[in-house]
This record gives sequence, structure tokens and C-alpha cells, in this order.
Amino acid sequence: MIHSLFLINSSGDIFLEKHWKSVVSRSVCDYFFEAQERATEAENVPPVIPTPHHYLLSVYRHKIFFVAVIQTEVPPLFVIEFLHRVVDTFQDYFGVCSEPVIKDNVVVVYEVLEEMLDNGFPLATESNILKELIKPPTILRTVVNTITGSTNVGDQLPTGQLSVVPWRRTGVKYTNNEAYFDVIEEIDAIIDKSGSTITAEIQGVIDACVKLTGMPDLTLSFMNPRLLDDVSFHPCVRFKRWESERILSFIPPDGNFRLLSYHVSAQNLVAIPVYVKHSISFRDSSSLGRFEITVGPKQTMGKTIEGVMVTSQMPKGVLNMSLAPSQGTHTFDPVTKMLSWDVGKINPQKLPSLKGTMSLQAGASKPDENPTINLQFKIQQLAISGLKVNRLDMYGEKYKPFKGIKYMTKAGKFQVRT
Amino acid sequence: MTDSKYFTTTKKGEIFELKAELNSDKKEKKKEAVKKVIASMTVGKDVSALFPDVVNCMQTDNLELKKLVYLYLMNYAKSQPDMAIMAVNTFVKDCEDPNPLIRALAVRTMGCIRVDKITEYLCEPLRKCLKDEDPYVRKTAAVCVAKLHDINAQLVEDQGFLDTLKDLISDSNPMVVANAVAALSEIAESHPSSNLLDLNPQSINKLLTALNECTEWGQIFILDCLANYTPKDDREAQSICERVTPRLSHANSAVVLSAVKVLMKFMEMLSKDLDYYGTLLKKLAPPLVTLLSAEPELQYVALRNINLIVQKRPEILKHEMKVFFVKYNDPIYVKLEKLDIMIRLASQANIAQVLAELKEYATEVDVDFVRKAVRAIGRCAIKVEQSAERCVSTLLDLIQTKVNYVVQEAIVVIKDIFRKYPNKYESVIATLCENLDSLDEPEARAAMIWIVGEYAERIDNADELLESFLEGFHDESTQVQLQLLTAIVKLFLKKPTETQELVQQVLSLATQDSDNPDLRDRGYIYWRLLSTDPVAAKEVVLAEKPLISEETDLIEPTLLDELICYIGTLASVYHKPPSAFVEGGRGVVHKSLPPRTASSESTESPETAPAGAPSGEQPDVIPTQGDLLGDLLNLDLGPPVGGPPLTTSSVQMGAVDLLGGGLDSLMGDEPEGIGGPNFVAPPAATVPPNLGTSMGSGLSDLFDLTSGVGTLSGSYVAPKAVWLPAMKAKGLEISGTFTRQVGSISMDLQLTNKALQVMTDFAIQFNRNSFGLAPAAPLQVHAPLSPNQTVEISLPLNTVGSVMKMEPLNNLQVAVKNNIDVFYFSTLYPLHILFVEDGKMDRQMFLATWKDIPNENEAQFQIRDCSLNAEAVSSRLQSSNIFTVAKRNVEGQDMLYQSLKLTNGIWVLAELRIQPGNPSFTDLELSLKCRAPEVSQHVYQAYETILKN
Repeated sequence: MIHSLFLINSSGDIFLEKHWKSVVSRSVCDYFFEAQERATEAENVPPVIPTPHHYLLSVYRHKIFFVAVIQTEVPPLFVIEFLHRVVDTFQDYFGVCSEPVIKDNVVVVYEVLEEMLDNGFPLATESNILKELIKPPTILRTVVNTITGSTNVGDQLPTGQLSVVPWRRTGVKYTNNEAYFDVIEEIDAIIDKSGSTITAEIQGVIDACVKLTGMPDLTLSFMNPRLLDDVSFHPCVRFKRWESERILSFIPPDGNFRLLSYHVSAQNLVAIPVYVKHSISFRDSSSLGRFEITVGPKQTMGKTIEGVMVTSQMPKGVLNMSLAPSQGTHTFDPVTKMLSWDVGKINPQKLPSLKGTMSLQAGASKPDENPTINLQFKIQQLAISGLKVNRLDMYGEKYKPFKGIKYMTKAGKFQVRT
Repeated sequence: MTDSKYFTTTKKGEIFELKAELNSDKKEKKKEAVKKVIASMTVGKDVSALFPDVVNCMQTDNLELKKLVYLYLMNYAKSQPDMAIMAVNTFVKDCEDPNPLIRALAVRTMGCIRVDKITEYLCEPLRKCLKDEDPYVRKTAAVCVAKLHDINAQLVEDQGFLDTLKDLISDSNPMVVANAVAALSEIAESHPSSNLLDLNPQSINKLLTALNECTEWGQIFILDCLANYTPKDDREAQSICERVTPRLSHANSAVVLSAVKVLMKFMEMLSKDLDYYGTLLKKLAPPLVTLLSAEPELQYVALRNINLIVQKRPEILKHEMKVFFVKYNDPIYVKLEKLDIMIRLASQANIAQVLAELKEYATEVDVDFVRKAVRAIGRCAIKVEQSAERCVSTLLDLIQTKVNYVVQEAIVVIKDIFRKYPNKYESVIATLCENLDSLDEPEARAAMIWIVGEYAERIDNADELLESFLEGFHDESTQVQLQLLTAIVKLFLKKPTETQELVQQVLSLATQDSDNPDLRDRGYIYWRLLSTDPVAAKEVVLAEKPLISEETDLIEPTLLDELICYIGTLASVYHKPPSAFVEGGRGVVHKSLPPRTASSESTESPETAPAGAPSGEQPDVIPTQGDLLGDLLNLDLGPPVGGPPLTTSSVQMGAVDLLGGGLDSLMGDEPEGIGGPNFVAPPAATVPPNLGTSMGSGLSDLFDLTSGVGTLSGSYVAPKAVWLPAMKAKGLEISGTFTRQVGSISMDLQLTNKALQVMTDFAIQFNRNSFGLAPAAPLQVHAPLSPNQTVEISLPLNTVGSVMKMEPLNNLQVAVKNNIDVFYFSTLYPLHILFVEDGKMDRQMFLATWKDIPNENEAQFQIRDCSLNAEAVSSRLQSSNIFTVAKRNVEGQDMLYQSLKLTNGIWVLAELRIQPGNPSFTDLELSLKCRAPEVSQHVYQAYETILKN
């Protein structure tokens, strides 16, 4: 199982180590540093690195490498999932996950890590339970603790830990009972030069914020559940009920959680809400190139596209760009060759465009590669797959909760090739 | 007020200061001090000197302080074993605490103190905790057993903790069950002989129930444990699959992949006609696709596993090509894996899309990725025949880009395309030649030279081109030198008049000025060949080359099956069986897919024995295929044939044969000096005086071997046995045997007259039999057989008689008539007389057929104490028409892949593993696959007879 964990910052310092079995010397990380050196960018460090006596599995998040050390055959996904869980827990506890924050809260971090694994076996990874065992630091609590000498370690066995609903604690009370659901869809797409879709798929999630008293039992039904043929559920969802009736039936955890994530595959026709018109030409033997892109709405079901942001990694041969946007602001970093254009809202009557010239290295031949345009955008009140919640019912409790459902579509990895 | 203050005390007397604080009367000060100690510990400072002071703080009501002290203890107990004993009392006391949280904490910490002396004091508290009323304590105690086992295995066994742990599998609380399974799995891994996880249908049922209720991590443990179980029949397999399928919708990707493993393994047992089988296939695709939308690290592991799954069951993801398209900001390790899977999924239906993508990738920034993309186009051409033309034109487009590394890669793959589709795309040669000057990598240069040599007759200025390479001959790498030598010889054989000088020059460069023995030897062989018999030289050098195929980058079927059992593990990431890389090989259990009909025989076959088999015999049972795999891994996206043609292993067999035929006569005849009218024989001085002879003898040895194989020696003939004793046939004794020579079968009979009268009018007839054996001519005994006389007759047989299945299969009932009476007898003929001469299967066919024949048709046999090595085995079998298709050496064990065909067209495929036993004998392990499994037993007997005589 998981032997040890090392946290390494981007300059290559190990700033935290935790061992769940015997101590593994931190020199084991030298193999990791070697691999890091070989991979030019941090993102390209391979996630599994063999060493003579151990295996190093790592994830890179928030500019920190979380490196787990294992010695025997352990499912690598198990380790990687766990590492992601560690990151999420830190974020949950401290708001952000960064080196200074971890150092500031090192004792809590240690206590939490100790609760998460025992001898390398996961012990408590649900944030509900962890928070009962180790209370997250707040300014108020720190002050109170220093005055009263009490601690941030819970001294009772968390209630949910062994019940049939380990994700929910008992005795939850609210004066305002509310349940909000956000249906968020991200479009991953590759669009080719001519504007036709090569592949497009939707990654959707339903995130919930449920603050309900007692032990409510909820059911959520959809207008068109057929869309959901590839789903992953939070453990609270009763799978049998979904299989037979296509209804989500569950006792929700308290607070924020991801109820469901789903995937609408490339085989279904995915509507593409925006288009990009581009003409980028590098001319041989001239030190000037022309650059022009226009963004416009396509299948938006009458909704506005907002938060549009265009980024593109320009070829090395581009020295500088002088561009004029019809709206928004743009920057070009001549060192990293990154062009970004913050467009904002798209007004269908007056399409935003960015025009101008590029100055190229004199005498050099035309660049080999074509820049790819990355697009970000948001559309409120629309789930692009057409998914719609039909109704939400609550059983098991008497009061009447506030209910709310929000839809949003975003660009995921949305790339336009030129 | 943050914890960073703990890091800032860097004053000189830090330790003393801490010591004072730890011994302070104020609780608050103590706690702060312990926190400082922990903080120093985390950054790797040595604070072990404070051990007694910290342990003194242990007896406290403050839980946080207790936990902190425990943290410290775990880190340093090992370095201060004597002091650690001080902590024992507190543990024992804490294990009786009314608060379950404290009981659990004590039992947890206890196990982490890796000090031998202490462990025995901890047995009693642990025993109590294992039976605790609170499940939280029980589940913690279960893990503690695993910890203790790691420290002192003997103690755990003696104390009977393992049995208690096994009992916990039936616990009412699913979390306890999951932890017990996890602990047992970990112990089993280090002690494979203990047979701890002895699964039976009852315990499986309990596990499946717990599966639905326990945490995600517990689900992973339980699923991995289930995967080691072998259901007794397909119905049980299906019911387990049905209960595991819901796990595919879990949010935790490790759960999903473990579930995929269980399903992939048990699916093997389901009949393909079953509706459920189709449903299951459909259910597997979406979760695998979903894994690809996760974080890149998860994607990588998922992709490595998908790579195995698409090789085993391509039908699952055949419609999902698009999800493997590369995004430009994917990490490089994800890109390369996606590319590999794209090629595996490429088919006629989607090739257009794939090619368009690959062409797009060829313009990316990352050079490594671009190269692999170009190679991938070549692999597509070789894999999907219909697309070859399109691939070639795509490659030509890429060559037009003039990007140096793209051009070089393109030329390397075009060479492979020429090898696969000869005489089809040579029109592009002109374009290739234009880029000659830009090639600077050895592989690309070698490929280009090969192309020029191979198609010298179509390239007008081939001699000039090759000559230009010759100028810097000594600066080239060996690969290029060898290729250049061969190419110029080819050129000479095609255009002898203009290129004499060139060939002289290259031969002298290769033989006189080079230090490389390979190059020199090849030079000499060509030289002798050309000087003795140019016709033979032509046959040898310009011989038709075997076609290459895409199979080279596939994982061997047996290994693939094993790896499928390891989905989701490190083994699946490295595509190696764990025996190849897990530290010390300890605890490695050979796994294999269950056979489709898992009835009673499944327990007999060693292959299907449930995992948990003793590892003591590991080295004998498991081939460590590590190296082979390593090679495969390295090959990765490489072209099917690595180096220059003619030197690689795939042509070796053909080449040896050719040389056998060609050089045999060359060496036999005294060299007549001048080969062609214009050819000048090499000056005598260039050949060292003894070279001719040594080479001659060396080569003839080689030819003895090959000619022995090729000539009419025929298959093994058993000594004659008495079939019909005289007393049963009124004085006629018949003994005989069967032979096969040059395609014809005959029955060699010896008739002895032991009666007192003359015998005449012999005739023979066969009853209908399994393979339609029948006499091809009447039995001819020319003179009457007088008393005490013996006559030997060879009766030719054919296989066109009528067919009836006999029991045993090779039973032959014969009737012999003479002037006295009609006699009946039956005999068993050895099956190898039915092995036909054209029983050699093409490698690719072999691989496809092997995969195609269902696993339940596989039969395994042992041939003990055979005194032959692989070479001898192979040649001995070949003379009986069992042909070696491929040979591989895996960590010192030779693996032979063989094929044979019976007269009635039944193919039998064999995998023969030669295990070195004691020095003079080897044990052979034979696996046979055949669509008619009933012949396997007899084929095995044939193997045994051939090899043992």
C-alpha cells in the first residue's frame, strides 16, 4: 500500500514528508528529480516512475508535486485517486492548496494525513468525517483554542463513519432548509481548419449544495434521462433505482458535493455554440504576416455567450504582433509567444474581431507548425446537451425546502486548428 | 498565528529549549513544544534526542496531545527501542478506554511501532480489539494484524491472528469486511504459500454483499480479491458479473478499473452466443471512455490498460476512435499512448479520419511526437491494406514540407511499406531521391540506401547515388555501412557492366579497412559468392523477401492473457508480468484467464489453479517474460522491422535456407575463379590463407544442419511391432510400422510364415477410420510364402478412404486375407504420419489463428527429460513436418511456436517451452491449440515419440 508521501515545490524542494510505514529516505526523490529534469515542463513528468526498490507515483496540482512512494504491487489508480483526494481535502480545509498555506498549517496537515491513511490503507477520506475528527482551522477557533486550551481534534467517534450512510452525519439542523443543484456542462471539442467538427463531447456534472435538516431522502428526475448513458454517481445514489426507473434517489451528504458526473460521447451530435473565423498567413521571404480572427455565435438557443477568452500559442518565429481588437483587451508575450485576447460578451450584431500584423524573424523560413486557438466561454441558463431536470421531491422529513436548479455551459478543452 | 512559527526557531540551543518546554508543568506549553518537535520532524530535522521527554507527555487526557505524541513515537521508536518499551503500558491502558476512538487510536499506533521487543506485549490488547464490540475498533485492528505480520510473521501465525482475520470476512459490518480483505491480501502477497484467501461460493457471496455497502477504497480491495477467484461454471461467472457491473458507474476511477478487470476476466468464461455477453461488451465501453476525461495522470494509467483491452477485445472500443484524438495541450505521455491506441483501432472504416489526424499531428511542435505520428502513418499502411495508397500520398505530402525530421521518418516508414507491398508504390522513388542530401540520421540513410539498392534497375543514376554515399564510408554507422554494402552488391547483380569498380571498391572497404566483424564477414561472403557463382549470388542476394506484417508490435497472446488478469496494477502499466519486476519476485502469483468451460477439469490444469498457489515453485511455472516485453515496449511505435532488412531476425530463417541452397554448391565445387566474364577475382592476398578453409568448414557445418532439414530424411519411424501374433492367425505373424516420406505414407509390413504350409493369395483391407487411411495399391506378395520365410513389404497408403471417427482416434482396423483364412487385427498409428509437408503457417496467420481459437481448446502437456536443446528439437520436429514458425528466448528459456497440418486440413498450433532442467535433460512444456481438440492428445504423443527417439 502507500508507503510515504513527499510534497515537492516547483523549485525542487521537498517541503513535507509523511510516512505511514517505516521511514523511506528522501533520497528516493532523486529519481523523481531526474525524471523532472528530463521532462522539460512540469506537466510532462510521467506519473509512474520506477526506481530500484520503490515506485513513485505523482500528481501535479497547484504547482506542487504530490509524490507517493509504494513498494509492492498497488493499483496505480488507487494511489493517484488518493493523491487527488489529498489535494481536495487540503483545499477544502484551507481554501487554497499552496506551499505557504500547507506550511502554515503543518500540524493540521499532519493530523489529517494521519487520519486519511493507516498503514497505507485509506481510513477516512470523506471530508465530512475528517472535519469531525480534525476541525478545520478558522481564525475564531484559533483564538478560542489559545484562550481556553481546547483543541481542534474531535474526541468523539464521528457518527457517520460506520452507519449505512457514512457520507452524512446525524443531527443536522438548519433554520433555512435549501437544496440547490448546478448542472454544469463542459464542451471538449476539436474543430479543424475549415470549421467542421472533428470531435466534440460533453463532460457534465451535477454539483449540489444541500442544507437540509435531519435525514432527508431526495429523488431527482429528468425530462430526458436517455441522454445519460455514461454516468458516475456519488456513492449516495441508489443504483438499482436508476437502473430500473432512471430516477436519482439518494440521501444527500450535508453541504457541497458532486452528485453525478456524466459524459455525452462524440457519437451523439453535440451542438457547437461558437465559431471562429481565422486567417493567419505567414509569407515566405517577408518579415510580416497577417493575422485576423473573428468569433461568432452558432447554436446558442438564443442565449448570450459570455466570458469569451481566446488564447493561442504562436510559433517561435513570431517576434511580435501588432493587433487591434474590436472589443476587449489583448496581450502578446514575446517571450512565451502566448497570445491572449479577453473578448467578454459576444454581441451577435457586431461580431468581435482581432486584426493586425505579425512581425516575423527576418530571413527565416515559414514556421512549420500552425498555431492552435484555444477558446473559453460561458453560457448561462443552458445545458448544451439538452438535459433538463423534471422535478425534485423530498421524503422522510416534514418541512418544505427551498429548491433551485441552475444550468451552465462552459468550454472545456475547446480547440480550433488553423 | 500560524504553524509557520514552529519552523522559525533556529537558535543554537534549540533542542535544550524544547526539552525544557516539554518538561514544563503547563499543559499548554507542553502541547506547543510537541508541535514544534513535530514541525522539525516533518522537515527532516533529527529530534530523536527528545524521545524520553516526548514520551513522558503521552499519558494525558488531551487527545490532540496524545495524537501528536503518537505521531512522534511512530517516527522514532525504531531508533530508540529501549525507550519505546516505556510506551507499552499506556497502549495497554488505552486499549481498555471506554471511548472507541481512543481504543482504535491505540491499536493503530501500536502496530506502527516497529520494534520487535514490544510486539509480544501487544498481542493481548490486539486480540481483545479484534473482538471489540465497536466495528470501528475491529476494522482498525484488522489492519493492525497486517502491520504486525510485516514485523513478525511467525508471531502472528502462532497467535492465531490469521484465523481471527479470516473470521472477520464474515463480519456484519461491510467496512470491517473490506479491511479484513485488504489485510489478508497484503499478507498473502508476502506469503503466497499461506493460502489465506481461500475463496468459495459462500465467501464470494459475502464479499459481493459487502461490495455494495463499503467505502470506495474497500470496494477496490474486494474487487481485486474477487478477480483472483475462478468461478466453477459460466453461470456463477455471469451472476458475479451482474453484481459487479454497477461498480462501472462509480466516481472513483480505481473502482471502475478494478471492476473492468473482474469483468474482463470472467467474460472469458461466458459463451459468446449469450445475450448477456453482448450486453456486457456494450457496458464496458462508456466507463473506459469516461476515464479519459479525468486528470492526465489517471488518463495515462487508463490508456495503458485500454491498450491491453483493445488488443484482447477490439470490439469494445471499435466505435470510440474519436476519444483518442490528441489535444495539443495533452502531456506528452498521454499523447504517445493515445497515438498507439489509435493505430490499434485503425480499420478500413475509420482510416480516413485517422490519417487526417495523423497528418495534423505531423505539424505539431513536439519533435518526438511528430516522429511517432509519421511512423504511425506507416503502421496504418501496413495494417490496413486498403489505406496503403492514401498513406503513401500522405507521406509524400509530408515530405514536401521539407521539415528535416519529418522527411527522415517518412523515408524510414516508406521503406517498410515497400517491404509490405512490393512493386506497387515505386513511382514515388523519384521524390524520395530528391531528398537524399538532407538525410543525416543513420536509420533514414540506411532506409534510403536500401530503397536505392532494391530498386536499382529503376533508378537511372543509382550508381552515382550510391557512390556519393561511399565517399564517407568509414564515418557512417554500421547500420549504414552494411546496408551500403548490400545495396551495391544488388546494384552490381542488376547492372553488372557499369558498376564493377564500385563493387570492388565497397568490397575492399568492407573486408580490408573495416574493424567490424559483421561487416567484414558479410563482405567476404558476397565476395566469394560473386567470384564463384554469380547465378547463385543472384538467387541469394536478390531473393524474394518475406513480407512484413503489423503483428510485431502486438503483445504475445499468452502474455496478453496474463496481463488482462492484472488490469489496473503496475503490471498493466508496464505491460510486464509482476514476476518480471516486483522486488525479489516475492509473492508473485501466476494468473491466467479462466477457460470458457470451467467444469471439473479446470482444477486439474495448473494454469487455472486459483491464485494463491505456492510461490515456491514459481521459477518453474512462470516464464519471466520481462525481457521480451521490454523489447516490445521499446519497439513501441517503431516500424515492424527494426534494422536494415536482411540482418533482422524476421528474415533469418529464409536467409539461412537460401544460403543453404546457394552456398552448398558453391562450397562443394572447387572455386573456378572467375565468375562473370568481366569480373576480376579478388586478389589472393586479400583473403587470408586459412580463411577459405575455415570458412568452408564452418559453412558446411551449417549446411549439414540445414540440408538435413531440407532433404528427404523423412519423419521418425518407429521400430516394427508385432501386430498379429502367429498363434492368432494360424501361423501368419504380421509386424509392421508406419512411415512417411516425401509426402507419401506407407505401412511397412513384415509377414512371417510360422505355419507348416505355404501361404499365397494375400490381400489387405482397412476398416473405415478417422482420417480415411486406405491402401493406395493392393498388397503384393510376389512369391508364395513358404514356411519359416519372411517377406518385407511396403504398402503405400493414401487418405482418401471413407471416414469414420474411431475410438481412440488413431485406431486402424485391418483385415488380412490369405489362402488359409481372413484375420483381423487393429493397430494404433502414430499421428505424425499424417503431418503434411506444407504445414508451416505464416507468422501472422499463426498469431491470428492462435487468438482466434478459443482458450478451452488449449491443451497442455509435459514432456520430461528430453535430451535435446532448442535447435535440435526444432530440426528433429521439422523432419516430421512440425514446423517452427517463430522462436523466442525469454530469460534463458526457449519458446518455440510451431504449426502442423493434418492430411484432412486440420491445423494444430503449438507453443513449446523448453525449460532447462538438470544439465543433460530438459523439460518441455507443450501447449496445443486446435479447432478439433480431440487430436491434441495424439499430437502430444507424436511429439513425445519424435523427441524421445
